[in-house]
Amino acid sequence: MEAKIRALLEELPGKEGALIPLLQGVQSTLGYISQDAVEAIGEVLGISESEVYGVATFYSEFRLFEPGEHQVKVCLGTSCYLKGGRELLERLSRSLGIPPGRTTPDGRFSLETVACLGCCSRSPVMAVDGVVYGNLTPLQAKAIIADLDE
Amino acid sequence: MKRASDSVDLEKIRREAKKAWDDLFSADTLVCTGMSTCGISALACQTQDAIKEELSGRDFPARFMKVGCLGLCYAEPLVYVKKIGMPMVCYGYVTPEVVPSLVDKAILGDDLWKERALGIVDLPDIKERSAQTDIPSIWDHPMLKPQIRIALRNCGIIDPESIDHYLARGGYSALAKALITKPEAIIEEVKGSGLRGRGGAGFPTGMKWEFCRKARGREKYLICNADEGDPGAFMDRSVLEGDPHSVLEGMLIAAHAIGSTAGIIYCRAEYPLALQRLDIALRQARDYGLLGDDILGSGMDFDITIKEGAGAFVCGEETALMASIEGHRGMPKTRPPFPANAGLWSKPTNINNVETFANLSAIINRGGDWYNSIGIGRSKGTKTLSLAGAVRRAGLIEVPMGITLREIIFDIGGGIPGDRACKGVLTGGPSGGCIPAAHLDTPVDYESLAKVGSIMGSGSMIIIDEGTCIVDLARFFLTFTQRESCGKCTPCRIGTRQMLGILEKITRGEADLSDLSKLERLANAVRNGSLCGLGSTAPNPVLTTLRFFKSEFEEHILRGNCPSLVCKDLTSFYIDPGSCRSCGICAESCPAEAITGQFKEAHVIDQDKCIRCGVCISVCPEKFSAITRKSGKKVVQCI
Repeated sequence: MEAKIRALLEELPGKEGALIPLLQGVQSTLGYISQDAVEAIGEVLGISESEVYGVATFYSEFRLFEPGEHQVKVCLGTSCYLKGGRELLERLSRSLGIPPGRTTPDGRFSLETVACLGCCSRSPVMAVDGVVYGNLTPLQAKAIIADLDE
Repeated sequence: MKRASDSVDLEKIRREAKKAWDDLFSADTLVCTGMSTCGISALACQTQDAIKEELSGRDFPARFMKVGCLGLCYAEPLVYVKKIGMPMVCYGYVTPEVVPSLVDKAILGDDLWKERALGIVDLPDIKERSAQTDIPSIWDHPMLKPQIRIALRNCGIIDPESIDHYLARGGYSALAKALITKPEAIIEEVKGSGLRGRGGAGFPTGMKWEFCRKARGREKYLICNADEGDPGAFMDRSVLEGDPHSVLEGMLIAAHAIGSTAGIIYCRAEYPLALQRLDIALRQARDYGLLGDDILGSGMDFDITIKEGAGAFVCGEETALMASIEGHRGMPKTRPPFPANAGLWSKPTNINNVETFANLSAIINRGGDWYNSIGIGRSKGTKTLSLAGAVRRAGLIEVPMGITLREIIFDIGGGIPGDRACKGVLTGGPSGGCIPAAHLDTPVDYESLAKVGSIMGSGSMIIIDEGTCIVDLARFFLTFTQRESCGKCTPCRIGTRQMLGILEKITRGEADLSDLSKLERLANAVRNGSLCGLGSTAPNPVLTTLRFFKSEFEEHILRGNCPSLVCKDLTSFYIDPGSCRSCGICAESCPAEAITGQFKEAHVIDQDKCIRCGVCISVCPEKFSAITRKSGKKVVQCI
């Protein structure tokens, strides 16, 4: 892990301000911030693990659990909330059998909420593996997930 | 390789770009698709692929182009078709299923498929105009007509990944002009324009630049805040996805004015397409010699890097944003020292928002006086707004300051769907307030919005109808600000938590009237005692709703009644025995197995088992519509 972090650091201009880009780098390769990664980043940057952990938990982008093969993000921005985002989330949570912030036991799906995807004119929206779907009903959302599961 | 070593070179490159741009509209059929995140979520990519597929077997020469968001998001996917010798027609709702008809009628056919046309995209560079047809100009469309598009001038018109398109439309000419102007004169021009920070606080831009210009230090940073964190706002995303060069040009002008050599764009990671298009734009600008050393032979060195924001609302606050760039938790600092003197890495730093930068080239080209002539009072120019919620035409607009909320909702937005009553409008997101329908004649400018207890904010505008519960809405915003509070100062950290607790109590029907005065007291304490803008504005949604919708709070408390039937603990579902045709769909779908009923017998909901998820309402066939909600007291249903 430490070698990986050092390789990521090579691509950055220096150690100054490198913590967040390193965490982002780890997340984009590993999918989440593992305990190993927290230790290795602290070691490489010469800062304490608690400082790394403090930054990782401060920002909503960082995930501290292993994500599923497919990542489902339900938008709970104001517009989506008012137009049924919460119902969307409840329905998906029930059909996947996990609360938001978890991955299904078979590792197929993880469910998360996001503060806003900036597609408010098409509320309610969700993003699956980075693809945004808009004007959804809970049943349509469930169908999109079911299609992926086949 | 095209590289402009001075402004004469730039003009040469522009002439070539302009010729290619003009040719685009005269040779072959041109098909443009609106491909911002909003368009893509409405299947714009699949639409474009389907058009290509339809045409592929027919030996029909056509060019394809992607454009940004024109703002008519409600009608997406949008496709423009420009046939040789005909004006360019904009079609709405072109989903992949519509493509065969579009190709048949609008692309291969002789007429313009008027039934589906939203309007003619009249551009100065296209000689075929709307006047030749009986289809009106798109600029006369009710959503576009009241607009003045300065920051959005190129959005939905050019290919955002083409610097040549930007140049063809006059791009980077303001930079060339600025580079031969003294920085102090530019600052004066911007001051004279009356431009104020579009990120929310509305601080005069020219004055901010002057502070940074005068600050001591050789290294100065220029930051573009593209961390649009307000849930409900998408103006900055649309500008970055639709016209990224306008932001880069604005940054270059600002860099020259304050004497900066290093620029940073801090953009949220939730906007992958904006990040991708920014990256392309930066590389193009470097290739053309518009970023880097000795820009256009002026001796100015300046380059821009992108920093991905990691998702924290508080990073909209300047000092928190800088802490985040430095790799720390995004926590704000007390001021002074102000960022203009000691900002990023303790160097003088100037931060402006995406939209502020996008306005600058027009101000330099047309003059501060021109910009100043638009708007009202101390709010000059235009404001981009994202229109969403209970409104027929949701989308992105740019209006002159001073336009009323009523004009925005009813003229531009087309009113409330289903002809329901407008209950109010939320401006400024979680930092703003809820303005009731009685105040819809309030002009949209910094001062007037503040007078009714709200703020302009970054420009999100969410319309609510009678189906929205005000208490639940206040609870929603407080949930957000409480979660996003960085925890540094006590009033915000603990105050928002306590306020949220009271609001939750009200939505559960467990509060009493003394909680309302407690809530108001707390709100004022948080507003006055917090360190940064997040805390000091977090009570706004609570204070405005208490001020304008107090009876709705009292209704929850005194009668346990949620008039909008939103608060779950105060709402019950029941089946009207007269309407139920015992089809059993609801019983099959109920996740709590709370619905029972025999064949040919009206079904019944067991209130103790019901989790109030609402699935039964969504599955009950419309022709029966047997399931209703009630609030006030629990419905007892006999079997």
